[in-house]
Amino acid sequence: MRYFDDIDVGDRIALGTHTFTAEDIKAFARQYDPQPFHMDEAAAAKSHFGALCASGWHTIAAWMNLRVQYGKREDAERAARGEVIAKLGPSPGFRELKWIKPVYVGDVITYASEVVEKRVTKSRPGWGIVFAKNTGTNQNGELVMSFIGSGFVERRPGTA
Amino acid sequence: MQRCTARLLTPTIGHVKGIILRVGTTATVPKYYLEDFSTDWTAEYGPRRVSREEIIGFAAQFDPQPMHLDEEAARHTMLGGLAASGWHTCCIMMKMIADGLLLDTASMGAPGIDEVKWLKPIRPGDVLTVRGSVTSVRVSQSRPDRGFVTFLWVVFNDRGEKAMTLVCPQMVQRRHPGAAA
Repeated sequence: MRYFDDIDVGDRIALGTHTFTAEDIKAFARQYDPQPFHMDEAAAAKSHFGALCASGWHTIAAWMNLRVQYGKREDAERAARGEVIAKLGPSPGFRELKWIKPVYVGDVITYASEVVEKRVTKSRPGWGIVFAKNTGTNQNGELVMSFIGSGFVERRPGTA
Repeated sequence: MQRCTARLLTPTIGHVKGIILRVGTTATVPKYYLEDFSTDWTAEYGPRRVSREEIIGFAAQFDPQPMHLDEEAARHTMLGGLAASGWHTCCIMMKMIADGLLLDTASMGAPGIDEVKWLKPIRPGDVLTVRGSVTSVRVSQSRPDRGFVTFLWVVFNDRGEKAMTLVCPQMVQRRHPGAAA
């Protein structure tokens, strides 16, 4: 992770892809979102979705995992170059989450993240909050989800 | 299967036990339609205990950061100790309201989430309850067979603290699609 002070609005990263299988969709739904259109092909076929589709939370959880993996690769590269790794704190929340298109079995979702806002915090000296618009796009180039996430990022020592 | 976990604080919706036949999760006769919700609707679901194992299990699969995975590493983070991924809290809440309400509702899913605030970390052993209220009900202009119920969900821990708030419009079928809005 770079320091808060080294992050710019407009910075965009590609996080990679995730393929949604029927087994994964149903397993996630059983645990967290057992609505029929996420659990059962026949019930989903009769629903307005027309076919089994992933829980919206599943499409976000896949994003989160790819975002963390990206951070680990970035930190390893920074360490290899002898650069300092800034701390990443928790998130105070998110807003404007949109599930735009259903994610069906076999869909390949490409995730990305773009910094849209930065804010220093009075309540947490030494930290700033970075806001990013996170997106998922399917194999047909259609946006399937987006949201504005946020997270605490350590400030460069001496700047706070 | 424990289904009737809801304790309706304002009984605007009657709970009639035993009239819903459910085969697996596929055959449901909804009890609740758009017409059953109004801004004086409230409900509470839970309690739901969150274990250390599931916090670590969810994190390992979806949010493998040290603050959600490892007690010792988490102690050195802003959270000051092991805490559930915020997405895990969302998912736990989702399951609570699915079991408590949505599986009995002519729900068509949610087009999104307006806002979530993660206010307090969820610790191993925390016992959660979720309280819901309705901030608006409207019929869809483009598709008069359905409408949107906007819920405010508040997750409390067993110390009485607000741990998370979530504002979500839920798409729900109308019982009488032809009726005037």
